[in-house]
Amino acid sequence: MSAIVAENLSKHWTTADGEVRAVDRLSFSFDQGTLNVLLGPSGCGKSTTLRLIAGLELADGGRVSIAGRDVTDLPPSQRNISMVFQSYALFPHLSVGENIVFGLKVRKVTPADVGRRLARVADLLGLSQLLDRKPSQLSGGQQQRVALGRAIISEAPVCLMDEPLSNLDAQLRQDMRAEIRNLQRELGITMVYVTHDQIEAMSMADTIVLLNRGGIEQNAAPVDLYENPANTFVARFIGTPPMNLLPLVAGAGGAVIAGTDGPVLLPAGCAGGMLGVRPEHIAIAQDRGVPATVQGVEYLGADSLVSCRIGSAAIAVRVAGNSGLAAGAGTRLAWAPGAQHVFDRAGRRVAADGVHQTATLYA
Amino acid sequence: MTRTAQWAYAWLMLLPAMALLALFTHYPAAATAWHSFNSTPKGARSAVFVGLDNYRQLVDDPVFWQALSNNFWFALYTIPASIALSLLMATWVNGKVAGRGFLRLAYFTPTILPMIAVANIWMFFYTPEYGLLEQVLGAFGAPSHNWLGSKSTALPAIMVVTVWKEAGFFMIFYLAALQSMSPNLAEAAAIEGASRWHFFRRVTLPLLMPTTLFVLVNAVINAFRMVDHIVVMTRGGPDNATALLLYYIYEIGFRFWDSAYAAALTMVLLAILGLLALAQFGFLERRVHYR
Ligand SMILES: Nc1ncnc2c1ncn2[C@@H]1O[C@H](COP(=O)(O)OP(=O)(O)O)[C@@H](O)[C@H]1O
Ligand SMILES: [Mg+2]
Repeated sequence: MSAIVAENLSKHWTTADGEVRAVDRLSFSFDQGTLNVLLGPSGCGKSTTLRLIAGLELADGGRVSIAGRDVTDLPPSQRNISMVFQSYALFPHLSVGENIVFGLKVRKVTPADVGRRLARVADLLGLSQLLDRKPSQLSGGQQQRVALGRAIISEAPVCLMDEPLSNLDAQLRQDMRAEIRNLQRELGITMVYVTHDQIEAMSMADTIVLLNRGGIEQNAAPVDLYENPANTFVARFIGTPPMNLLPLVAGAGGAVIAGTDGPVLLPAGCAGGMLGVRPEHIAIAQDRGVPATVQGVEYLGADSLVSCRIGSAAIAVRVAGNSGLAAGAGTRLAWAPGAQHVFDRAGRRVAADGVHQTATLYA
Repeated sequence: MTRTAQWAYAWLMLLPAMALLALFTHYPAAATAWHSFNSTPKGARSAVFVGLDNYRQLVDDPVFWQALSNNFWFALYTIPASIALSLLMATWVNGKVAGRGFLRLAYFTPTILPMIAVANIWMFFYTPEYGLLEQVLGAFGAPSHNWLGSKSTALPAIMVVTVWKEAGFFMIFYLAALQSMSPNLAEAAAIEGASRWHFFRRVTLPLLMPTTLFVLVNAVINAFRMVDHIVVMTRGGPDNATALLLYYIYEIGFRFWDSAYAAALTMVLLAILGLLALAQFGFLERRVHYR
């Protein structure tokens, strides 16, 4: 059964400079016990979507249901959810323990039960020694755990998180990612997790909903987003560095990369569209491939990032170790036919069997 | 620069402010204390040291005791009332009320109006026979009443004016504190199922405690410094029913020209204010700050 279903969910704001369609007819459904990430650039409507699920905003159109129950018109407290805010929203005058059990007290859970659940959650999150402290006496990571504790002690089947790690430093963020993922699996929670960080999304998610300007660009598993981006927006958003997108023009005998006379890479029908290849799928070759000029090399240790130019298009190549290339050198770039993504004029993916690939170039 | 030069520099920088402070605050205070142990100079007779005579007179002065008790009741009623009212107004205009910009301005108006103008407006409200209050009450058939002219209602009438004026001022502080509270706190509580009253009592009120302390200290000081409305509206009457401490000092000092006795009264007022401030900061400070 789907734990969360949104149908044509919409929300717009009227601001001084016109109407903002923050969430524009979104439909998605999340399975029970999965971790679902709402991903997208800043201002694309992730937080608004999450707040619509939580009931902190009222939808202008569409429905939300949680665990098969239509909750569109219910207040947050009746939706059986918990939430972790980006700012943590801890009560500064209450101790860690009081913060965690705030909701249990509201719901008049018996003191014995409160004590038992607090002990378990504190133990789970390593907060047992800190229960009497005030939030201001904790580090950022510890505050984050308290917020997490307040969410999971309610034992709500759905947990919503809005950029919960964005105030932490890089190392801590990585640790917390794994920890949140483990907690979610262990407790069997259905989680909706908002982030603008695609690495965070890729490493944690069961499914990713990639949003842009209030609409869904692609809703798929991380591996699908990486291997089969639905359009150029997704291709550019996923991967570090992102996929190279080379504009195609009509040349003699087929489509060539803009600014070159060949070789012909794709049938003439593809001209006007884009050819996409990920930097990690390109190899530096001597005897085959497309001629290119090296523009710069960024040495990263385990690998190097070589920026090249083919015709008028820039293209990044990731090679293992030290490339041994210098700026200004000429080289050739080759990639396997399967690594090639083709997009039409509108930026939509063209299915592989719709393209007669000229495989001769690649070995 | 050597260390000595640095010190000299620092003291030179401080000198102007220190001189002004000493001249207009510390010297008058010390002088008042000294005057209170002397007699009032009259004509050719210069002041002589009289020890505690002025204070003995004070203990036997029934008007002093009345002014003190008036002031006590005045503080006891106006302070909680104006604080509660200001908190209520601030919570209201902090919410999503239509026209809240206008409301905020409306509440703040009493504070920016000159006190004399305020007093005059209220004098009109309270005027017997044709004042606003009389006309409204008269429409319901209530008998005419001289609000400022009868002993039983004069002080309460002044209290109402004070609450009206102070609440608007205090509201600004509460509003500022409320605005600095993250809306996420209320949202987190709403998700947990806390009612608005529960959230107000358990979260908003405790978080407003530093503001409340600040407002309280100001309210107490203002209650014992109250003089202008009395001067304009009742002149302490009828029969000293509205005589507050500072007004009594003003009468003794500048109507009867008994400066030594006025100095003794001033010392008492100063002692009361000092004690209250100490009690508030010493006792409450520890319970107020949550950081
Ligand atoms: N309370 C609001 N009033 C007006 N506009 C808002 C409000 N909240 C969000 N928006 C607008 O809606 C859009 C989506 O915002 P949001 O959901 O916060 O984006 P994200 O979380 O993806 O960064 C943005 O353009 C933002 O400016
Ligand atoms: Mg956001």
